[in-house]
Amino acid sequence: MKHLRLTAGALLVSTALSSVAHAATELTMWYHGAGNEVESAIVNQIIDDFNASQPEYTIALESFPQGAYNDAVQAAALAGNLPDIIDVDGPVMPGWAWAGYIAPLPIDESEFADFLPGTKGIWNGTMYSIGLWDAAVALYARQSTLDELGLRTPTLDNPWSKDEFMAALDAAKASGNYEYALDLGTAWTGEWYPYAFSPFLQSFGGDMIDRSSYKTAEGALNGDAAIAFGEWWQNLFTGGYAQATQDGADRDTGFNTGKYAFSWNGNWAAVGTLENVDDVVFLPAPDLGNGSVIGAASWQFGVTTASKHPEGAAEFIKFATQDKYLAAFSDGIGLIPSTASAAAMTKNYSDGGALEVFFGLSEAQALVRPVTPGYAVVAKVFEKALADIANGADVADTLDAAVDEIDADIAKNGGYGN
Amino acid sequence: MTQSSVSGWGFALPAFALMVTFIILPFFFAIWFSLTNQRLISPNPAKFVGLSNYTQLLSVGTILLEPERDEQGVIVRSKDGEIKYPRLRKFTRKNPDYPNIQGMREWFSWQTGPNDEFKRIILAKDVVFMRALKNTFVFVLVVAPLQAGLALMLALLINQKLRGINIYRAIYFMPVVVSIVVVAFLWRLIYDGNNGLLNNLLGAISFGWIEPVDWLGQPSTAMGSIIAMSIWQAVGFHMVIWLSGLQTISPTLYEAADLEGASKWQTFRFVTWPGLRNTAVLVLIVITMQAFGLFAQVDVMTNGGPLDSTQTIVFQAIERGYGKQDISGGSAISVLLFLIVLSISLIQRYLTRERHA
Amino acid sequence: MTQSLVNSDRLRLFVRYLVLTLIAAIFIFPLVFMVMSSLKPSQQLLIDSGSLRAFLPVGDVSLDNYFAAFQRAPVGLFVANSLLITGTTVLASLFLCSLAGFSIAILNWRGKAFVLSAILATLTVPFETIAVPLLLMSSKLPWIGMEGLELGWLNTYRVQIIPFIADGLTIFLFVQYFRDIPKDLVEAARAEGATWWQVYYKVMMPLSGPIIATAAILKFLVMYNQYLWPLMVVQEEGYRPVLVGLQYFFQLNTAWGEVMAYLSMITVPVLVFYLFLQRAFIASIASTGVKG
Repeated sequence: MKHLRLTAGALLVSTALSSVAHAATELTMWYHGAGNEVESAIVNQIIDDFNASQPEYTIALESFPQGAYNDAVQAAALAGNLPDIIDVDGPVMPGWAWAGYIAPLPIDESEFADFLPGTKGIWNGTMYSIGLWDAAVALYARQSTLDELGLRTPTLDNPWSKDEFMAALDAAKASGNYEYALDLGTAWTGEWYPYAFSPFLQSFGGDMIDRSSYKTAEGALNGDAAIAFGEWWQNLFTGGYAQATQDGADRDTGFNTGKYAFSWNGNWAAVGTLENVDDVVFLPAPDLGNGSVIGAASWQFGVTTASKHPEGAAEFIKFATQDKYLAAFSDGIGLIPSTASAAAMTKNYSDGGALEVFFGLSEAQALVRPVTPGYAVVAKVFEKALADIANGADVADTLDAAVDEIDADIAKNGGYGN
Repeated sequence: MTQSSVSGWGFALPAFALMVTFIILPFFFAIWFSLTNQRLISPNPAKFVGLSNYTQLLSVGTILLEPERDEQGVIVRSKDGEIKYPRLRKFTRKNPDYPNIQGMREWFSWQTGPNDEFKRIILAKDVVFMRALKNTFVFVLVVAPLQAGLALMLALLINQKLRGINIYRAIYFMPVVVSIVVVAFLWRLIYDGNNGLLNNLLGAISFGWIEPVDWLGQPSTAMGSIIAMSIWQAVGFHMVIWLSGLQTISPTLYEAADLEGASKWQTFRFVTWPGLRNTAVLVLIVITMQAFGLFAQVDVMTNGGPLDSTQTIVFQAIERGYGKQDISGGSAISVLLFLIVLSISLIQRYLTRERHA
Repeated sequence: MTQSLVNSDRLRLFVRYLVLTLIAAIFIFPLVFMVMSSLKPSQQLLIDSGSLRAFLPVGDVSLDNYFAAFQRAPVGLFVANSLLITGTTVLASLFLCSLAGFSIAILNWRGKAFVLSAILATLTVPFETIAVPLLLMSSKLPWIGMEGLELGWLNTYRVQIIPFIADGLTIFLFVQYFRDIPKDLVEAARAEGATWWQVYYKVMMPLSGPIIATAAILKFLVMYNQYLWPLMVVQEEGYRPVLVGLQYFFQLNTAWGEVMAYLSMITVPVLVFYLFLQRAFIASIASTGVKG
């Protein structure tokens, strides 16, 4: 009898207690870090810290491998099965926003005032996503190469002009020490092409699309500046400076083993290169006529329209964008932290850090890829045009065909809401 | 008497019902998509557009170009003696005088006219698709007999009573089992233009007389390289099919042929080959179907290039539908493929039908 | 006299084995490359791959890549998932497709020609064409589970199995094979009063070793190498199969050694299954015949 009353009492007390401390609302989050031990560790750390810091919300994480992430999220969206928080690659975001998968970010923009421009995902004037880091591209070279060939070291304020750049490539080619003067990374088919090579086009004065209206590519992709770019691009290959088709293994190891004099590569490879090559220097992009340009925008966090607790999701995103986490990511994966204050906390981007130059590059020269839901088509068409030109196709015709395809796609989709 | 509708339907129904639900029904959906402007993800509802996806894929046109002449009416020629023609751009872009060929690109051309000075150009709205069609047909025509023949030779070779022959058979099947990732990685190394194994081998055999070739980087050799790799990868699979057919041939027939002193060739022609009839039909149909579906090798090795020399129908369908988000265009290509292969297989079945005396 | 005969026989035997072995070398080299590379550190394997060293276990050889692969991805889980999905599909497919093949090849019934044509027509449809409609369907299909009626098949095993049980190729394989089996066997069995089921089960299937093995290995390969479909319908790690897991290894700085280790590990079940099929179903070559 006593035993029963005791248990009944215990039962009552525990139910009372649990109803007071109501269960935290669970929010689901998808991230692209499966298989990446460093990123996964940091994301898990942020989530654990957030869960412990407040009782209202718990974040549950599902990881996806990066290569398959976009396709997986799109399929899930089609099937109506999205989580609360997702991360999205910068140029892909407008497409998802337009299709109604991502909601405008329920955070005041002023919170991110000191963030690098490339980390803010803004479309049609509304911010949809925010990034914890940005990625940049630079020209890798060895100081010893520059000295041997008698080349001036370009700086952010005084980059190489087109002529100086071609002279450098000529010198490298003439020296006979390298299989190819320039490693462009043509082995990395896919998003690398628009990300890494459209800056060259922009530096000539052209662009992938006319950004004033986002309704056509005419004049931008096939105007005189673009044709000049196309011919310069084709000359890189017909002149023997770079390879049109490249083996993946060569891309990974070629610069380190001295096969290439210069390498056009992102700062995610910088840490690895620093370990293998003693005197590597990261040079700014050459100014091909219209200013130096590099790409911008990497992965960013956003809230989905399927979420029933956008305010909770916003809390998490605000929490995750604190400087200490920006610094943690940067130290871990080598990419640029979004704020200068976070940069000061990192080992690579603080004053005198090995990759400090990238922060300056991103701030000064970065131009995001075209912000339009039609980007999926623009990217693919641009990639093919570049590959065809590299293989010897007629420049003007190829660019015309690319413009026609982009324009037709935009028309077919009613201008993409721009 | 084998007439039995109840059993007939009963046995076939489970499998057939599954196929209708999970293959045929979705395919009708895909046909529906091809008649709309459905984009993979979009806030706009799909609109019915009729056959416009198909006309966009298949439209062709033509134009006759006259050579450029200078003030005296003499034909202008380039340094190499080639006739200079006005650029096609002038006619096909924003030129209201030529409404039928707006937006088209050159497909192929030839010289014509009294002195061969005119150029007749055949244009197409979607040149890449046309090239994909041609490449796929070439691939099928080359691969089908070659692969079937090689597989048959291997099967005959394997079909002998030797110790350890099973091990060899397992090994010949290996390429089918190994992941396309490894196969692509390796064959890219083999075909590498500078230091590839194939170039090294050819150079060694010919004492440096044969120059290294960029197999995957040149339009002239890229398709051939893919063909070689595809045959290598799939021949073991068809060898196994031939083998199972070979084993339905009674050994007494072989003994009878042996007793009558038949040569190897005669045995093959009069004993083996007739017994392989059904298997031959099977192998040929399967190879043709698979050849039309060429995708994975192109996707990992060449991405359709260089200069569209390895474009295939399925590659275009997937790039359109998933890469460029144009699911309606991708579906239209798939429906066209379906119609093409259906016609061909009907012709094949007609040609190989059993002739009743 | 006898001595030279024996010698020339030996020579012929040697030549036969030589030819077989040379051809075998052509077919086996990727497997050798994969296994050898899995034992080397990534940087070295990339450099080696330009020469014959790629096929030799030279340099810094160890099992490190294997341990690292297990760290990076739940390899055991993925293999178990794939085996479960593949095994179930193969068994179900062998059963239902051989039934249908038997029905088409041996029985006569109205509508048979139409059904066969429809089945063959599906051979021309690449999977990617029907993937999106199938996805939309799968998110709405009903299922009677433990808790009663549920809607939607996403994130399950059944969505990776059921749509693939019946396929045109397997049915066609059985149809052609059954057509080759002499009709007198069937007629004899029917004369003895056997039902069609008994004819199928006791007469046709026991004679079908080779085609069962062929159909089984083909189906196994297709199911085991599935990538696009699981990607689309499964968002939870617990249900992912091996090829989706492969993507875990392709990062911005891909560790090729681990990739090779992972691929070596996931190839093992396929090889085992293939060898099992050879022994169980395909009797020693050129020994049995069906006719006579």
